[in-house]
Amino acid sequence: MTEVTGIKDYIKPENLVYSKTRLMTDNILHYCPGCGHSTAHRILAEIIDEEGLQQDAIGVSPVGCSVFLYNYLDIDWQEAAHGRAPALATAIKRLNPGKVVFTYQGDGDLAAIGTSETIHSCNRGENFLIIFINNGIYGMTGGQMAPTTIPGMKSSTSPYGRDTGQMGYPLKITDIVATLPGTYYVSRQSVHTALNVRRAKRALRKAVQYQSLNRGTCFVEIVSNCPAGWKMTPVEANRWMEENMLPYYPLGDLKVPSAETSVIPDNKE
Amino acid sequence: MERELRLMKGNEAIAEAAIRAGTDGYFGYPITPQSEIVEYLMEAKPYETTGMVVLQAESEIAAINMVYGGAGCGKKVMTTSSSPGISLMQEGITYIAGAELPCLIDNIVRGGPGLGTIQPAQSDYFQSVKGGGHGDYHLIVLAPASVQEMADFVELGFDLAFRYRNPVMILSDGAIGQMMEKVYLNPQKERSGTVPEWATTGKPPDRERNIITSLELDSAKQELFNLKLIAKYDEIKEKEVRFEEFQCEDAEYLFVAYGTSARVCQKAVQLARNEGIRAGLLRPVTLFPFPEKQIERFAEKVKIIFSVEMSAGQMKEDVMLAAAGRVPVFHFGRMGGMVPTPEEVLDFLKSKITGD
Amino acid sequence: MTEEIIIAGFGGQGILSMGKIMAYSGVMQDMEVSWMPSYGPEMRGGTANVTVILSDEKISSPILRQFDTAIILNQQSLDKFEDSVKKGGIIIYDSHGIVRHPGRSDVSVYHVNAMEEAGKMNSPKTFNMIVLGAYLKIRPVLSLENVVKGLEKSLPERYHNLIPDNEKALKRGMETVSRIS
Repeated sequence: MTEVTGIKDYIKPENLVYSKTRLMTDNILHYCPGCGHSTAHRILAEIIDEEGLQQDAIGVSPVGCSVFLYNYLDIDWQEAAHGRAPALATAIKRLNPGKVVFTYQGDGDLAAIGTSETIHSCNRGENFLIIFINNGIYGMTGGQMAPTTIPGMKSSTSPYGRDTGQMGYPLKITDIVATLPGTYYVSRQSVHTALNVRRAKRALRKAVQYQSLNRGTCFVEIVSNCPAGWKMTPVEANRWMEENMLPYYPLGDLKVPSAETSVIPDNKE
Repeated sequence: MERELRLMKGNEAIAEAAIRAGTDGYFGYPITPQSEIVEYLMEAKPYETTGMVVLQAESEIAAINMVYGGAGCGKKVMTTSSSPGISLMQEGITYIAGAELPCLIDNIVRGGPGLGTIQPAQSDYFQSVKGGGHGDYHLIVLAPASVQEMADFVELGFDLAFRYRNPVMILSDGAIGQMMEKVYLNPQKERSGTVPEWATTGKPPDRERNIITSLELDSAKQELFNLKLIAKYDEIKEKEVRFEEFQCEDAEYLFVAYGTSARVCQKAVQLARNEGIRAGLLRPVTLFPFPEKQIERFAEKVKIIFSVEMSAGQMKEDVMLAAAGRVPVFHFGRMGGMVPTPEEVLDFLKSKITGD
Repeated sequence: MTEEIIIAGFGGQGILSMGKIMAYSGVMQDMEVSWMPSYGPEMRGGTANVTVILSDEKISSPILRQFDTAIILNQQSLDKFEDSVKKGGIIIYDSHGIVRHPGRSDVSVYHVNAMEEAGKMNSPKTFNMIVLGAYLKIRPVLSLENVVKGLEKSLPERYHNLIPDNEKALKRGMETVSRIS
C-alpha cells in the first residue's frame, strides 16, 4: 500500500493543470460570489496575455460594478465618467492608432446614460472593442431597473416587475449596433457554463485579433447574472438567466466579417 | 523667430494657432458663435500635414470626454465651444480636473441663461473661475482681449496645462471670436513625440501600470488628494497671475475689465483723460488666478473702482473681495448680447464722480 | 492718424466684404486695423453693418458709438447712424431708395450714385467698390495701390480675374462722388 503523501508532493510542474492568470493582479476581486464579471475579467486577461498585447492594450473602465477593473488587470487604464467610455476610447485610439483599445461597460453605462456615445462610436466605425456586460440590472447602486431589464423582471425600481406599458421595453442595443455599417464584428455570449466560457473566449479573442485590422468597431455582449441584485443563489441566478434572459437575448454572432474582409482564421482551442 | 502676419477673425486665429502649436487632437461640436473653428480645421486638413486629429463629435459631452481620453494619453488636446455647450461639458471638465489632466478648453461666450442669445457676453465668469462642475477644483482661466492673444494663448495655455497637469480655459467672447485684427503667427511647431511618464501608452515591462482616474472611495485619501489640489492652486496663484495696466500710475478712478470690455474701457480711459478725468484700467489677463494683490494695492490709492463686464456683475464680487471695503466698487455692464460703448462707460464713471 | 468708420446698409450689398478689403488694405499699408461686424440687436431686420478702424496706433475699442465717417447705403442705416458721426466728420451715402436725406449741418455730406453707376458698368457686384472709391477720394487714408493689394489678399484666387473690374469701379467712385453740404 502506498503511503499517503502531503499536498506539497503534488505541487510539481508536471501536475500543473491551471494557474493564476498572469495579467491578473494580486488585488482581491470585490465581486459578489457567482458574479460573471470575474470570469469575464479572467478570459479578457488571458487573451491579452496570450496574444502578447500587454504593452499595447489600453483599457477604459466604466462606472458600475466594474469601475475598479483597473485594479485587476495589469495594463494601462483610464476610468471614464458614467457612459462616456466610448468617447475616451475614440480619442485614445485615434491618437494612438497602433494600440489595442477597448472599453468594458455594463448595461446602465452603455445602453442608458451612454447610448449616444455607444451608437455614434459604432456608427463612426471607431477601431476599438466594446465589451458589454448585460445583467439586466444596476448592480453597483443596489439593484435598480436597467435599460435591459426584461419584461416582468423585478428590481428595486420595478418592485412589481418591469411593466412595459409604464417603463418601456428592454433595449436590444447589440442588435442595433449590428445594423450599423461602422461595426465589423458583433457577438453575444455568456460565461455561465464551461462551454459558454470557451465560446465567449473564442469570440473575444477574435474581436481582439480584429483590432489590428482597423476595419471598424467590434462589439461583444456578455449576458451575465447578478445573484445579489436578483436576490438568488449563484446557481439559481444562472438557471434564471438561462430560462428568462437568453430567450430575450439569444446567444451567437450577430454580425461577422464577410469572407472577403475576414483575413483571420477562426481560432482553434 | 519669423512670425507670419495675417488678418484673421479671433476664431480663425485659435484654429490656426492650434495647428501651429503642434496640437495632437481637436474634438468639438458646432455651436454659434464659434463654429468657424471646427470649419477652419476641417478645411485646413492638418491631419494630412502635422497628423493632428480633428473630429466633429456627436455632442459636447462626447467632445470633452474625447479630450479626457486624449489627455490621458499625454497628448496635447483641446476643444472649443460656446456657453450652452460649455455647460454640457462641465461633467467632463470636473473629471479632467479630478484626474489632473492637461488640456485646453476655449469658451467663446454668448449671452445666457439657457439658449439665450448668440451675441457676445461675459456671463460665464462664475462658471469658469469658480470651478463650474462639482467638487473643489479650479481651471486656469486666460482672458484674451485681442485676436493676437486668441492665437498666443493657445500655446501659453498648453504650457500651463502641462506644467500644472490642469485644464486651462481660454475665456473669450463672441466679439473677439468674430472680429478681425492683425495677428502674428508663430511658425509651425512639430508635434511632440514624447508624452509625460504618467500617460497611458500601453504598459511596458519596466514600469507599473498607469491609471487615469478621479475615483477614490477612501475618504481620508480623497481628502489628501483635495489638499494636494489646493496646494497646486496656491502655487498657481503665487506664480501665474498675469495682468496689464493702462494709465494707472496717477489714476483716481480704476476700471477693472477683461476681454472685450477691457478694450472698451481702454477707449473710455482715453475719452476720460481728454476731459481731464484721471482714469486707468487694470486688465486681468488671468481670471484664475485673479490679480487680487494688484487690486488690493490700487484700493489704497484710487477713489472708486469700476468692474466693467458684459454680465450682471460677476467679476465684481472678486474685485470687492480684493478691495476689501477700502474703496467703493461699482459694476457697470450690459447683458443679453449688448456690448457697452466707451461713451456709456464714461457716462457711468462721470455719474459716480458727481454722485448723481 | 486714427479713422473710425461705420459702413451700414442691407445684407447682400457687400458691406462686410468692403470692410474686409479696407482692413486688408490697411494691413498692406502697415497700419493697425480692426474689423467688427454687426453685433447685438443691429443684426436684425436685414441690415448689416461693420465697424472698421484704421490707425497708426494700437487700437483700443473695436466697438464704438461715434465715428469719423459713416458710409450709409439704406434709409434705416441713415436713420440709425446719422447722429453717430462726430462733429466735423463725414457722411457718404447712396441716395438710391433714400427718402429722407441727411440733415446734419455740422458734418460734411457726400453723395455717390453707386447703384446707378454699377448698373451702367453692367457689373452690379462692384457696387461696393464704387462706394469705396468715393470714400477714398474724400479720405485718401489708403493708397489705391494698397487697396488693389488688399483686394488680392481678400479675394479667393479664383476671383482674381475680377480685380481689374473692381479697380475700374474704385476709379468710377472716385470720379462720381460729389459734395452735397
